[in-house]
Amino acid sequence: MTLLRLLTPAILALSILGLGLPGAAQAQDGPLRIEITEGVIEPLPFALPTFIAENPEAQEWAQRISDVVAADLTGTGLFRRIPRDAFVTDVTEFTPSVTYANWKAINAQALITGAVNVSGDQINVKFRLFDVFSEAPLGEGLQFGGTSGSWRRLAHKVSDAVYSRITGETGYFDSRVVFVSEQGPKNERQKRLAVMDYDGANVQYLTDSSSIVLAPRFSPDGTRVLYTSYETGFPQIYEMNVGTVSRIPLQVPAESMTFAPRYAPDGRTVVFSASIGGNTDIYAVQPGDTPRQLTNAPSIETAPSYSPDGSQIVFESDRSGTPQLYIMPAGGGEPRRISNGAGRYGTPVWSPRGDLIAFTKQNAGRFHIGVMRTDGSEERLLTASFLDEGPTWAPNGRVIMFTRESAGAGGQPALFSVDVSGRNLTQVNTPNAASDPAWSPLLP
Amino acid sequence: MTTLRAALVLTAILGLSACSNPDRFGSGNPGDGMPFDPNAPGMNGAGDITSGVLDPASPEYFRQSVGDRVLFAVDQSTLNDAGRAALSAQAQWLQSNPGYTAIIEGHADEQGTREYNLALGARRAASARDYLVSQGVSSSRLRTVTYGKERPLEVCSTEACYAKNRRAVTVIAAGAALS
Repeated sequence: MTLLRLLTPAILALSILGLGLPGAAQAQDGPLRIEITEGVIEPLPFALPTFIAENPEAQEWAQRISDVVAADLTGTGLFRRIPRDAFVTDVTEFTPSVTYANWKAINAQALITGAVNVSGDQINVKFRLFDVFSEAPLGEGLQFGGTSGSWRRLAHKVSDAVYSRITGETGYFDSRVVFVSEQGPKNERQKRLAVMDYDGANVQYLTDSSSIVLAPRFSPDGTRVLYTSYETGFPQIYEMNVGTVSRIPLQVPAESMTFAPRYAPDGRTVVFSASIGGNTDIYAVQPGDTPRQLTNAPSIETAPSYSPDGSQIVFESDRSGTPQLYIMPAGGGEPRRISNGAGRYGTPVWSPRGDLIAFTKQNAGRFHIGVMRTDGSEERLLTASFLDEGPTWAPNGRVIMFTRESAGAGGQPALFSVDVSGRNLTQVNTPNAASDPAWSPLLP
Repeated sequence: MTTLRAALVLTAILGLSACSNPDRFGSGNPGDGMPFDPNAPGMNGAGDITSGVLDPASPEYFRQSVGDRVLFAVDQSTLNDAGRAALSAQAQWLQSNPGYTAIIEGHADEQGTREYNLALGARRAASARDYLVSQGVSSSRLRTVTYGKERPLEVCSTEACYAKNRRAVTVIAAGAALS
């Protein structure tokens, strides 16, 4: 079937992610030994003629939107844009039919055409996707509209639709990332909460640098952010409304220092760590309620993260002597250890798909971002560096963003992303040094 | 002796900046293990400075002469002999100067995740606090805070720096007992 031919490279890539076939790193049988192999996959070539401007005002927007769509797709590592000077013909009309031979001739497997119309502050974008080798449109034409201020979102929506149709997966381009923007020397870092588009555009600051802020996390609906601030002089969790930037302290146990918050999938319950008298345990709280203690051990219990169905919590504990990963029922109860390799494991984060847990691993003087199944099997390390930590999942569970910090007196953190296969390691552009990213859900 | 006094006066003055730091962490100000140069101008021990001797009841004296910190092994929060000796001296000073309260900061080196290091810093601060209490300091005068790996004293990425960053620092604050 020709559709399959069109889809082969991308689908192959994604099925590799899912099944751990050759190309992805694989856990070995017997004594746990991890091999990282970077599967080389040929990106799917697509043609994206600059979208047609339907009126003169649309000229500039058509160019910009086309560029962002192309950047979204090529940025995945799954697609390759065919340069325009290779085209046999250009597209001058936004029509439901195209001359497939012209695109076959340059080996384009997908053709994306579009048109942009501007009326006042309103922008409308239409696009069509064609499967060149099967000579058929892939899905209906679609149209998105918004104000000029949201033009990048319109582009990301086109990209999400294209990605989704070709891969069968939900996209992740129309999403935001909350993070900590950093400036100043290592022993006097100034930190500010900030939010940006997934690709680093549209940075907005949510706090000033008067207090240390750490590890923000989005609510499941993307409207609120939990984070830790030292504004009282002690670490304390706050919840901020991203729209109004107003914030309230989380209800926490008395005499505690609190950090490592995360929302439950219900968007109301918050799980977090509280240090009381030097001992750190995990608590959960619902609005207006008193916090409930979920772990009770003299060891460190921290970095809790809910399963997508809200029934379980994965967390980090050093009860065995070194930090390892454990899963317990969401209401507390006997935890079972899931990490079994050499080294120290931390910051587990449950994939939005439910199938994998991403984590930070420290072993033999190096840090890694890795993934494992929820029973601890099939551990794969995706990255290695002096200091990688704090993974966050793209809304579709296919990409992980994390903090990578360089060594030495001039060491600086930056945000990186990597495929769950370990491919396509890319730095995310931020205006300053940056750490602690947390991905939003796909925007509505 | 005059040299030492002069140096203490100087570092006491320089050290004032620590008190106005909004994040209030016991950072590496001059005197915190930073060797001064006895041959530097004004510090030559010529005996021309006769006033401004550091008051033994001052927080500066505590920092400079008593010693405000203890160090820890990797991942550990247990005190070694040197740590216990330092904290005993701190306890003595706190007993002699009952008008002061203290905040004990726990810190970690950069090896380890942010969240684990916050918990580890809390353990270290509590370990120092518990020892001070065991030496007779009222727990109502002591409060702890963790900075995890957020405020390293030394910025290199080798054990030489890490060893100094794994610390608990007793920061003296004036005033009534903390609630």
